[in-house]
Formats: sequence, C-alpha cells, structure tokens
Amino acid sequence: MSAVVAEHDHHDHGPAKGLLRWIITTNHKDIGTLYLLFALAMFFVGGAMAMVIRAELFEPGLQFVDPAFFNSMTTMHALVMVFGAVMPAFVGLANWMIPMMIGAPDMALPRMNNMSFWLLVAGVLLLASTLLMEGGAPASGWTLYPPLVLQTGKALPFAIFSVHLLGISSIMGAINIIATIFNMRAPAMTLMKMPMFVWTWLITAFLLIAIMPVFAGAVTMLLTDKFFQTSFFDAAGGGDPVLYQHIFWFFGHPEVYVMILPTFGVASTIIPVFARKPLFGYSSMVYATAAIAFLSFIVWAHHMFTVGMPIAGELYFMYATMLIAIPTGVKVFNWTATMWKGSMTFETPMLFSIAFVVLFTMGGFTGLMMSIAPVDFQYHDTYFIVAHFHYTLVPASVFILMAAGYFWLPKWTGHMYNERIGQLHFWLSAISVNILFFPQHFLGLAGMPRRIPDYAIQFADWNMISSIGGFIFGASQLLFLYIVVDTIRGGTGEKVTDEVWEDASKHSLEWTLSSPPPYHSFTTPPTSIPTEHI
Amino acid sequence: MSKDVANKNIKLARTLLLVAVAMFGFGYALVPLYDVLCEWKWIERDRPDDIKKVPEVAYQIDRNREVTVEFMTTLNESTPMKFRAEKKQLKVHPGEYHTVNFYAENKTDNAMVARAIPSFSPAVISRYFEKIECFCFSEQTFKAKEAKIMPMRFVINPALPEQYKTITLSYTFFDNTEKSVKK
Ligand code: HEM
Ligand SMILES: [Cu+2]
Repeated sequence: MSAVVAEHDHHDHGPAKGLLRWIITTNHKDIGTLYLLFALAMFFVGGAMAMVIRAELFEPGLQFVDPAFFNSMTTMHALVMVFGAVMPAFVGLANWMIPMMIGAPDMALPRMNNMSFWLLVAGVLLLASTLLMEGGAPASGWTLYPPLVLQTGKALPFAIFSVHLLGISSIMGAINIIATIFNMRAPAMTLMKMPMFVWTWLITAFLLIAIMPVFAGAVTMLLTDKFFQTSFFDAAGGGDPVLYQHIFWFFGHPEVYVMILPTFGVASTIIPVFARKPLFGYSSMVYATAAIAFLSFIVWAHHMFTVGMPIAGELYFMYATMLIAIPTGVKVFNWTATMWKGSMTFETPMLFSIAFVVLFTMGGFTGLMMSIAPVDFQYHDTYFIVAHFHYTLVPASVFILMAAGYFWLPKWTGHMYNERIGQLHFWLSAISVNILFFPQHFLGLAGMPRRIPDYAIQFADWNMISSIGGFIFGASQLLFLYIVVDTIRGGTGEKVTDEVWEDASKHSLEWTLSSPPPYHSFTTPPTSIPTEHI
Repeated sequence: MSKDVANKNIKLARTLLLVAVAMFGFGYALVPLYDVLCEWKWIERDRPDDIKKVPEVAYQIDRNREVTVEFMTTLNESTPMKFRAEKKQLKVHPGEYHTVNFYAENKTDNAMVARAIPSFSPAVISRYFEKIECFCFSEQTFKAKEAKIMPMRFVINPALPEQYKTITLSYTFFDNTEKSVKK
C-alpha cells in the first residue's frame, strides 16, 4: 500500500524524465499532446492520399495509379481522416481542455487514458499495414459494404481487427470523458454553467458508447461471413446485404455527428471571445446539441434512399432528416447573433471560426437537398455528396481544429504564434478549399460518380480546377505545421499573459491558469466560475 | 484524487462499459429485428430477392396487354460454372403460364453445391411475379462436369399495375460448396 502511495507522490511532482515520459504518461496534458500530434501526423498521411486521388483525377484517363490502388486510396483516405485525424484530434482537445475547463486536476481514469491512446496507435498502424498486403488495402469505400468488401485480399481480417481496436480505444476515451465531466467538476461548476465545449463532448461521448459497438458488431459479422460460414449478408445463404447498410448507417450517421458536435463546441467557445460578448442563447445551444444527437439515431436510412426501401420508409426518413435542420439552424443563428453588434477582432482563430459558420451552412444546405428522397436519386453516389460531406468536414471540423490550435497554442506552450503566417494560412486555406470542393457540386449534378479513377471527357475542366484547389490546400497546410513547430520552439518570443486573449478569463477557467499551465491543472478546485460564456 | 471520487469513477466506468457491451448485442439484435420489421404490413418491403413458391391457380388471361420479361444470368465472383437462359426475353400476357429453361454446368472436376438468388427490377414486381417451379427454391448439387437443364415456371398476376411493361429478372449463382460441406 505504501509503495502505491509513494508512486503517486512521485507523479505529483511532474513528468517522468526522458522519452519514457511519453509512453507511460497518465497526465491529461501529455496524453492530449500525444493525441494532437498523432492526429496532425495522420492529417498529413490522409492528406497525401488525397493528393494521390486529386493527381489521378487531374485529367481524364489513367495516369499514375491503377484503379484498384485508386480505390484503396479513397477508402484509406476516409478511414485515416475519420479515425486517425479528426476523431483523435478532438479527443486530444478533450484531454487537454476538459479538466482545465471544469476545474479538475486531471482526467478521471488516467491509466485507461494512456491505454486508449496506445490502442489508437496500434489500430491505425494495423490499418496502414494493410497497404503492404497481398491484394492491397481495402478498396470498397470506407463504408465497407458487402459483398464488395469480402473480395478484399489478405487485408480483410486485419482491417476488421483494426476497426475493433479503434472502437475499443474510442469507447475507453468516451467513458473517461463522461466520468471526468460527471465526477470531477469543481463544486461550483454546475451542469448549466459548463462551457459549450464540455457539453458537446459529454453528448458526443454518449454517442460514441452507443455506436462504436454496433460498428464493431457489423464488421464482426463480415468477418464471420467470410471465414466462419455465417450468412448475415450473404444472399446465397439467406442473408441480405442491405441489412449491412442498415447496421452500418445506424453507426455511420451518428458518427458524422461525433465529428461535428465537438466542432460546434469549439466554435461556441471561440466566437464569444473575439466578439467580446456572451454566447447568444447558451441553454438553447445545449438543448439543440442534445436534439441533434437524439435525431441522429433515427435518420440513418437517408444514406439508403436508393436501395429499394418501401415508400413509407422513404417518407419517414426524408421528414426525420429534414427535422435535423431545425436544431442545426438554431446553432447557426446563435453564432451569428453572438457576433451581432459585438466588438469583433479578426485574429486567426476567429477567422477560421467565421469561415466555419459560413461554409458549414453550405454543407448543411446540400444535406437538406439530399434529404429530399426523390431528388436524392440523382445526387446519390455522385460527386455532389462528396462535395456535401467535405463542406461539413473540411471547412467545418478541420477549420475548427485549426482554429482551436491557434486559440489554445499560446495557452499550451506559453508562446505566441506568428499572426501574419496564421492569417496567410487562413486565407490560402479558405480560398483553396472552395476551389477544391465547390466545383464538385457541378460535377455531381452533371452525373460524375464518386470513387472512380477515370471519367468522361465532359468532366475534365471542373476536375482540373478541383485538383488545383486541392494542391494549393494541401500545400497551405504545411504552413500550419510550420506554425505549430515554431510556436512550440518559442514563437514570436512575445510573452503571453495568462488569459492570452482580451478578457478570455471571463469566459472560461483555463485562462485563469498560467501559460503554460501547471502539470496538474487545478489541485484545489476554483471557487468562482466565469460565466461570460453563458 | 480522493478515494471517494476514485470509487465513483470506477463505478461509472463499469456501468458505461456495460452499456457498450449491450450495444454490441443490440447490433446483433438488429438482424432478427430487420426480418420482423420487413414483414410488417405498413412497411411491406418488396424484397427483390423474395423466393416463394405458389400453387398453380387459373387466372383470367389479360390478352389486352403484353409484358416483356427479360432474363439475366450472372455468376458471383469466380464461380466456375456456365449459366444461361434459353431465351433472353419473352413477351407474356398477365395470367398466362410459361416455362423457361435455364442451362447450368459445373466446369470443375469436383462436385459442387450452388445456389441461385433471384432479383427483380423494378423491385415491386416481386409481388406480382408468381413462381410455381424454380431452381432457385433450393440449393442445386452438381456432379463433376455435370450439366443441367432447369425449368422455371411462372405467371404474372393480372393485378399487375398498367405502368409496368418490362420486367427484368436476374439470377446470380453463388458457389456454396464450402458452406454446405462445413454444415
Ligand atoms: C443539416 C444537416 C445534414 C443533412 C440534412 C444531411 C443529409 C445527408 C444525406 C441525405 C446524405 C446521403 C446522401 C446520399 O448518399 O445520397 C448525407 C451524406 C453524408 N453526410 Fe450529411 N447531412 C447533414 C449534415 C452532415 C454533417 C454535419 C456531416 C459531418 C460532419 C455530414 C456528413 C455526411 C457524410 C460523411 C455523408 C456521406 C457518407 C457516405 O456515403 O460516404 N452530413 N448527408
Ligand atoms: Cu447521415
């Protein structure tokens, strides 16, 4: 017993020395840093795959890669970006920020925290290793639909196990976040005083616990169909491939909200600070988030309008999907109202956040178009849907992750980033992301299917423009890498204050700590809670 | 962290883990649920792969209209067979019985178990396309190199709405040898 206590004391003094610190660490900031750096690395790996895709699509005809590898690229790009970059980045932010925002010393379950990070690394490495296997990496699209996915070569069981690992890692992360928020808050931090980022993560964590096991189940059924003679989805044995689609999208639709709800949370954190106003409609934001999460469970078949659903099903899923626009609209109006008549300044985090509000709304509108079942027959599986979800993910989730980086890097490191390069990064990204994805709407409406390496000549112009946008966007992200490295190494040399941004400490607790904050955040719970965010 | 809080954390973590395990089970529960829901009257899913045998009854033949029935034959993946219909298409009157022969051959030197799965386009047709006899009702066994002529007898229910003038019926043969052996 005393040995255990002694070890704990040792931990309380600070990080272990050397490289081992990063492997055995149970500190929420260290683990947050690991998650964020890993996500950044995967952002570039997934980005490199996207560059292969855009290079091949630069001109009609087959230029650089063979079709099977092209399909592996679209599949792996999506899986790496979703499970390796966006989700881990938000878990990293949760690790860093939630304890500081709710006045806690650390996460609730520090050892599990360490384990969930390393399982993530194992899962992603396993997934990446399929690229080298006989028959290539999975090439069926990230949705892994049977029967196509069952034709994957040697990689199939490895891809499935990697999904299992990623699932376990996410579930452990989610459990930890819920336990932290429920049990570790400072006594004065009531639920309805919690920063929006904490609220959105709480709801996201419940989503994760509900859906990741379902996905794990679906891929396990694929595994047994392939190797153990079950027939869940095998028509010849009495199964039905459409059943897979139902199970997958029961997971898949809430999954897209797993990526967007924390995005909403960060936007609701940043915008009030730079508008110098409280967040407009705090409680309606909380309820809208909960409503979106609830609705996300009952709309999944809008991904399946063309499978031959009965008319009652088409109608139900059409109207249910349209309902989501209401709470989503509430959020957009609230952000706009927060900025209304505020004394706004336009530092890089705010620029990215404003771009998020505008561009995410466009993604929402195309979503609304596709929710109309009869017209979705035209849009389905074309580049239109590719444009839709990239607008909801890149200039939304990814932009907000960038915004979060600029917003909190000074707090994390104690150094100021270079604002001019930040602004350059913003403008290059914001312009090129539209050159990249806007033409894809036209391509889709004109009938270009998704996931093909070659296309009819009529699609040539917009594809070339889209690819050029893609190359500029990809190259611009190197500026972000530069800024992160530069800021960690001292940045502009300017001394940052505790609150970094004017009056930020009136908005949230993390700004009341030093920059960089102490190794253990709040060893004694804070007594007064800033309420400007409410 | 006080002992009290630590205990609370572990308790909550256990509960949540249980929820996760339950959701894994829920994923599997969706399998039977799916079949049940598809049978519900108000859902009435037209499963294009419906395989039901119906008794032969005499219908009033509707000589005023003609429906074209097209036949497609496919082999799943690399099933080592030959498979074709004796006719590519057939013009029929609703209510009139027809028999079409399908030809299948096992190209291998081993016995084989194969299963043909039908699919209709448009899917709603499956409600009106009645099969009295079909090789798709059960698994077919083939000796090495064996060739078979397999009849399919059907009628189109005269209740078929006017707008359907062409029906495509496709069969896909799946090699089920491995699965049948292990069973
Ligand atoms: C107003 C809200 C939204 C509506 C009404 C909506 C609607 C839809 C519909 C109907 C589809 C299916 C299109 C088809 O397959 O033909 C779809 C696909 C998709 N949506 Fe949304 N969406 C919304 C917001 C979002 C958000 C916030 C995200 C992600 C953060 C997102 C990500 C996706 C993805 C990834 C797909 C494609 C999945 C695939 O087939 O690979 N959507 N959306
Ligand atoms: Cu969806």
